[in-house]
Amino acid sequence: MTHRAETLRPTEDHPLLRVALIAVALAFLGAFLVLPLVTVFHEAFSDGLAAVWAALREADAQSAIGLTLITAAIAVPLNAAFGVAASWAVAKFDFPGKGLLVTLIDLPFSVSPVVSGLIYVLVFGLQGWFGDWLRQHDVKIIFALPGIVLATIFVTFPFVARELIPLMTDQGREEEEAAVSLGASGWSTFRRVTLPNIKWGLLYGVLLCNARAMGEFGAVSVVSGHIRGLTDTMPLHIEALYNDYQYVAAFAVASVLACLALVTLTLKSVLEWRYGDEIAAVHHH
Amino acid sequence: MAALAPARRWRNPSALPGFGLSLGFTLFYLSALVLVPLAALVIRPWEIGWSGFREVLADARVVHALLLSFGASFIAAAINTAFGLLVAWVLVRYRFPGKNVVDAIVDLPFALPTAVAGIALSTLYARNGWIGAPLSEHGITVAYTPLGVVVALTFIGLPFVVRTLQPVLVEMSREAEEAAATLGATRFQTLRRVVFPALLPSLLTGAALAFARAVGEYGSVIFIAGNLPGISEIAPLLIIIKLNENDVAGASAIGVVMLAISFVMLLTLNLLQAWSAARK
Amino acid sequence: MKRLFSAVLAAFLSAATSAQAADITLLNVSYDPTRELYKAINAAFASDWKAKHGDNVTINQSHGGSGAQSRAVTDGLDADVVTLALAYDIDAISAKGLIAKNWQTRLPDNATPYTSTIVFLVRKGNPWKIKDWPDLVKPGVQVITPNPKTSGGARWSFLAAWAYALKAPGGNADKARAFVQALYRHVPVLDTGARGSTTTFAQRGIGDVLLSWENEAHLALKEQGGDQFQIVYPPASILAEPPVSVVDKNVDRHNTRSVSEAYLSFLYTKQAQEIEAANFYRPRDAAVLASHAADFPRITLYNFAEIFGDWQKAQATYFADKGVFDQIYKPGQ
Repeated sequence: MTHRAETLRPTEDHPLLRVALIAVALAFLGAFLVLPLVTVFHEAFSDGLAAVWAALREADAQSAIGLTLITAAIAVPLNAAFGVAASWAVAKFDFPGKGLLVTLIDLPFSVSPVVSGLIYVLVFGLQGWFGDWLRQHDVKIIFALPGIVLATIFVTFPFVARELIPLMTDQGREEEEAAVSLGASGWSTFRRVTLPNIKWGLLYGVLLCNARAMGEFGAVSVVSGHIRGLTDTMPLHIEALYNDYQYVAAFAVASVLACLALVTLTLKSVLEWRYGDEIAAVHHH
Repeated sequence: MAALAPARRWRNPSALPGFGLSLGFTLFYLSALVLVPLAALVIRPWEIGWSGFREVLADARVVHALLLSFGASFIAAAINTAFGLLVAWVLVRYRFPGKNVVDAIVDLPFALPTAVAGIALSTLYARNGWIGAPLSEHGITVAYTPLGVVVALTFIGLPFVVRTLQPVLVEMSREAEEAAATLGATRFQTLRRVVFPALLPSLLTGAALAFARAVGEYGSVIFIAGNLPGISEIAPLLIIIKLNENDVAGASAIGVVMLAISFVMLLTLNLLQAWSAARK
Repeated sequence: MKRLFSAVLAAFLSAATSAQAADITLLNVSYDPTRELYKAINAAFASDWKAKHGDNVTINQSHGGSGAQSRAVTDGLDADVVTLALAYDIDAISAKGLIAKNWQTRLPDNATPYTSTIVFLVRKGNPWKIKDWPDLVKPGVQVITPNPKTSGGARWSFLAAWAYALKAPGGNADKARAFVQALYRHVPVLDTGARGSTTTFAQRGIGDVLLSWENEAHLALKEQGGDQFQIVYPPASILAEPPVSVVDKNVDRHNTRSVSEAYLSFLYTKQAQEIEAANFYRPRDAAVLASHAADFPRITLYNFAEIFGDWQKAQATYFADKGVFDQIYKPGQ
């Protein structure tokens, strides 16, 4: 760099300062983000690829993976549907209490995961509100798949809505109103006018929602029952392996989730890169 | 679906159809999955009465756990504010090789499961870990101390400040800065009196989000915290302990307090966002 | 996969034998360190039952802190049997009506098919020269033990330390309290379960001595490297009795009472006692115990009932909210 101080544009920072700031930023990110990620893979592969493969093929790991996938497959679409409905109501209409509604939708975001699990135990557990009724009818919610799904839904509740509400609010109502005035029905308007506009926001929201749903630990830990091979999701299985002294196996399963995280990030980046202009255009920010 | 007949509209919210359906489904889903279970939480402590509730909260151990959770979250949010501002600035204003990768990786704490982060951080900062070993040679212990809690919470909250600031920085035109420079301000003065105030609302929003996220965090902290009552025991763990003692009312009481504080934070957040939107 | 396999096997066998072979599933809710033990026991019981009755029995396991598991069962975890760390945790389930009040007399030896005790695990070479309980409070020694609020083993450790100080010459309740208080001042981290503490000590390298279940200590040697640690038996420790019971309400609902009761009775058979001894749990069977004498040094074992009375009292006094343990941790220590 051969800039001399006097030839710097007024809004540029001094090159040395730039280098220093970049270095500090990278060091911070490296220490806090990259190193933990590297640790996961390092520990996982410390016994070689065969050990990792064996850990993943093991029966309990397989059922944990299956349970995680099923949970996400139920929770994410439900929350996506909710997100779309909520943003449609909030963005396209005026009504009193809108601000409160938005705050309530945001609420699960700041509730501790432990509390998120606890509340379902309070409602559906044997000592809870519906416990006896459920027992009589032999319906299992807590300590079975439904409880895990509920806790996961709660924790990932706002992800899609939070992404779509500002987006749809920004986009305004003119296009939909135009379509309606031209005679389109509600669904038709939604499908052909709104959906194309929000598809990137929806995709982002779904990606983040999915990543969180697959990785949730605290809430599921409270409602799971920890039955090996039945109610252990992948994060719980990691904890179980860790407690069984099987550190390599624990990190092996963890590295699967870490890969999922990386895939999520990559997808998000690719989408931003390829459709960046479109996104900026619909974002109006 | 045809446009709703006006029969049940108490006012006309808009010309668009689907209000009843979307709002109805929203309210139903929200109530069934969020509000009713949360109500169970709020109601439960009352079986020990108001005095019982106060007793639980006056207990020194509970106070310590809450102080630790909120205190460590605050410190972590402060760290993330400072470094998050730096990272956002660097990502938006500067160019360097690999910037896109760095940008993508900022979201890692969003995408990585908390338990995985937990075991990774505790391995890293243990006395024989990659970072823990050199630190302990200088007498600094991270794992199993409140410092470890702060480290884990910094990880968790990292993306919030960066991601809140980035769009604002991108939008921010440089005209104001250039004007200040023309009027004779040094770069530092410009940064301090023109740029920083413009960023302040978003900075606070990001910090508040990071704080709210960190307060209730369990999975990533539990592996690195020492869990010593009164020293390194976080509030969510105390909830679990009380649960396992069959003190459901006590556990719920702590949960309610955390919920109330989070709710207030959220309201403040939304007000902040409204304020910053009004300022534009 | 397991179910598919069982189903296929059942189909095959019911063709091969003329008897109707059923598929039975049980849930055993157990405490933290027993994973390896019950893996072995369950396999042995399944083949034993298969040989006798032709049914395929699958036993699912859940493990966690004893107190946490007890709470989970009362909250609806559908256990057929519970095999927990101490009688109080089963009493708590009984108090909610899920287990009959006389559960502890239904099986021999206070419904405890195996016992254990609390020992010290130290670094190889025993650099701090830990031989007995008072050595734990030597200046600079760091002791690792789990949180008594969540871990059954930790409660036994607490009581063992208390009993030691009580029974020492000139000992009384005040001295015991002072000793236990001093002991916990030497603890840098409280994990929620026995396994967590072992990991902290063995894997993370924290602490100088681990207070652990005897079986945990042996397992740690096996899994973590016998060249890094050694077990120190204090001259006296507590007789820890982890009891078992069927969960009456659940087995009656599932119609699994006979299998569950057989499962628990199986724990007392020679075959099972051998498995328990092999996993370093002290078998009740005197002959089996004798044949494994090398693994189980004879030390004075304090009797819980003699010293502490019953668990209701002990739990309330020491571990409940505002009990002795809470008082020890009053800040400003």
